[in-house]
Amino acid sequence: MRHRSFRGGVHPNDGKAMSAGSPIEDLLPGSELVFPLSQHIGAPATALVAVGDRVLKGQLIAGGERSVPIHASVSGNVKAIEKHLTVNGRVGDAIIIENDGAYEEVPEMALRTTVEEATVEEIMAAVQGAGIVGLGGAGFPAFIKFKPPQMDAIDHIIVNGAECEPYLTSDYRLMLEKGPELLEGLRLILKMFPKAKGVIAIEDNKPDCIEKLTELCKNEANIEVMALKTKYPQGGERFLIHAVTGRDLNVDLLPAHLGCIVNNVATVIAIYEAVCLHRPLISKVVTVTGDAIRNPKNFRVPMGMSYDEIAKAAGGFDKEPEKLVSGGPMMGQAMFSLEVPVSKITSALLALSHDEVADFEPTACIRCGRCVEACPENLVPVKMMDACEHKDFHRYVDLNGMECCECGTCTYVCPAKRRLTQAFKDARNFVRLERRIEAEKKKAAEAKKAADERRAKDEQKNLEAKAEKEKGGNA
Amino acid sequence: MRMFNISAAPHIRQSTTTAGIMRDVSLSLLPALAIGIYYIGGRAFMITVLAIAGAMLSELIYEKILHMPSTLHDGSAFVTGLLLAMNLPGTVPFYIPLVGSAFAIIVVKMLFGGLGHNFMNPALGGRVFLLISFARIMTDFNFDGVTTATPLARLAAGESVPLKEMILGTGAGCIGETCALALLAGAAYLLIRRVITLRIPATYIITFAIFVLLFGGHGFDVEFLVAQLCGGGLILGAFFMATDYVTSPITAKGQIIFGILLGILTGIFRFFGSAEEGVSYAIIFGNLLVPLIERITMPVPFGREGKKNGK
Repeated sequence: MRHRSFRGGVHPNDGKAMSAGSPIEDLLPGSELVFPLSQHIGAPATALVAVGDRVLKGQLIAGGERSVPIHASVSGNVKAIEKHLTVNGRVGDAIIIENDGAYEEVPEMALRTTVEEATVEEIMAAVQGAGIVGLGGAGFPAFIKFKPPQMDAIDHIIVNGAECEPYLTSDYRLMLEKGPELLEGLRLILKMFPKAKGVIAIEDNKPDCIEKLTELCKNEANIEVMALKTKYPQGGERFLIHAVTGRDLNVDLLPAHLGCIVNNVATVIAIYEAVCLHRPLISKVVTVTGDAIRNPKNFRVPMGMSYDEIAKAAGGFDKEPEKLVSGGPMMGQAMFSLEVPVSKITSALLALSHDEVADFEPTACIRCGRCVEACPENLVPVKMMDACEHKDFHRYVDLNGMECCECGTCTYVCPAKRRLTQAFKDARNFVRLERRIEAEKKKAAEAKKAADERRAKDEQKNLEAKAEKEKGGNA
Repeated sequence: MRMFNISAAPHIRQSTTTAGIMRDVSLSLLPALAIGIYYIGGRAFMITVLAIAGAMLSELIYEKILHMPSTLHDGSAFVTGLLLAMNLPGTVPFYIPLVGSAFAIIVVKMLFGGLGHNFMNPALGGRVFLLISFARIMTDFNFDGVTTATPLARLAAGESVPLKEMILGTGAGCIGETCALALLAGAAYLLIRRVITLRIPATYIITFAIFVLLFGGHGFDVEFLVAQLCGGGLILGAFFMATDYVTSPITAKGQIIFGILLGILTGIFRFFGSAEEGVSYAIIFGNLLVPLIERITMPVPFGREGKKNGK
């Protein structure tokens, strides 16, 4: 059978062989763990513990109405709540916990529930309470995905096992080692959406995963394992939906509008652990790799450990790294320091001894059209870039620039080494900001208009009342 | 604290560079050039060297005078010089390649902003400038020391031209246009290296072939058709000059329209005009329409087309 795919895309050197053979190892945390209060899209969480408090492993330490809960990954004392550097280079509030080495767990973590026992309400509550976010990298709160506008309209629950980012092997290892847990997690989600069909979508560069999961699913009438053509960015949500269902989702819509919910492999396993093992999201499987790492490996890392510690756990650097990336090389975040904590959105530490970006200064565009050919969004990056260079953001929007998913494909293929994705990120931020300001202005103007009208009405009323009174008086 | 490099994603780059593409184009032209030099002799070699040197010097001097950073290393001036030389007869005096390449680089390319901003193919711009300015010199062909008419001129005069001569490059013509076989080998190299796609050359050649069958006045005469396809620099133009990135549409649909347009224009210029150089005129005329073609062939973003999308 021809494996499914999408239009455009690229085939970067995948670098997965470095760490693919390394089974997931548990890492013991160090003496100090750092939990940033802002770990995902949305409002930062509020600390629920104070300096000096003793906390247990699995205890809720931060939360809030509009943010995802954060749990301690060790037992110990809250040493400080202070500013700390995070992956994206910003400094934000973080809870710092001193590890007492006892790993004393909250009592709930000893509870067990089977998939059959779990009710839909319990599953929803567990997903929300365990602080699960999309572990593929975006960090979108998982429970929101499970509250689509129309529950009945969902007909596909897609498990994203594409892992199209080069170098990353954490999902690959999870699919190989945690197949049964993955299935349990998927069955839990399917319990919430009884009309839906489960699809585990895997790129065909992982034939062993496809084989293993197909074997595991052979008695599951409602779950299918689907092989996809290996091509970046196949793991992008909308390209995945296209490959699996043939439906084309535009950027204004959510997957749920087309009847789909997409979750990453690690997220589905985290859901299983939250519901059945009562274990909140306190660790994450992270690939530590790159040619500068001595022994590339996959680790299950407790949240709050520093990148420096996980680099050392992989034997440290055997070459001087020039660039350190949190995540994969196509969409990951470059870091200037390793003194940042592993958080919910960490998927990998990539240490490169050679920074290809620094090799080339951008030169003139020769209009070769490679970016147009490669853009999975079917955009025209060359023209969008031209608009960016002229700071003509109206033209940028007219060229559908706001549809860009920032996958980096255009920049990767550009022979003139132009930094297209970077310019598009800036342009999109600018346009979003402008739109927000515009909306606020409009809101303020409307409020003022409403207030003016009210005042005019009141005055009118007063006048009428006065006239009435005078009339009455005269009579 | 030790600081590491940071930059926006992506952190890896494909190895293809502008200079690499230009190198591939130059390499692909070598077989045809070698054949040209082999038959025409040392003069052809000198013309080629002068055209390339003229192009590179023009760019260097222009950038020096305007205090611009040098862009010679991108290899595009080299390719322009090379292409221009291949479009010149082997008999031209030595100032011709110099004048042509200076015009190509300074007027057609640099004055419009340099690489990527020129609106017409610089080498062809240079050639057409020379054709108009030095018409007699530019159409004086000879082969083996004997002044000869080009295959197209002989076809127009009602003679027949042996196909073997056109395929092997033993006929008269510009330095790089005579040997169809060598040109096709170079084109195959570009296709394999994915420097070009078949979209423009295939639609161009097919459209032109249909035009020949309909309006060529010879009906379904295969020999005449092949002669028309091999002569007049059509193969050189279709594979190496119409595919010039800067002056051809970037959209896939646009490239197909562009190819069809070139086929028709070439046909008109060859059969209704008397211009043997129909290919050159067709391509630079087509170049002018590229912005328009791109405007009407902008792709629809993912998920915005068809009924399958949400709204």
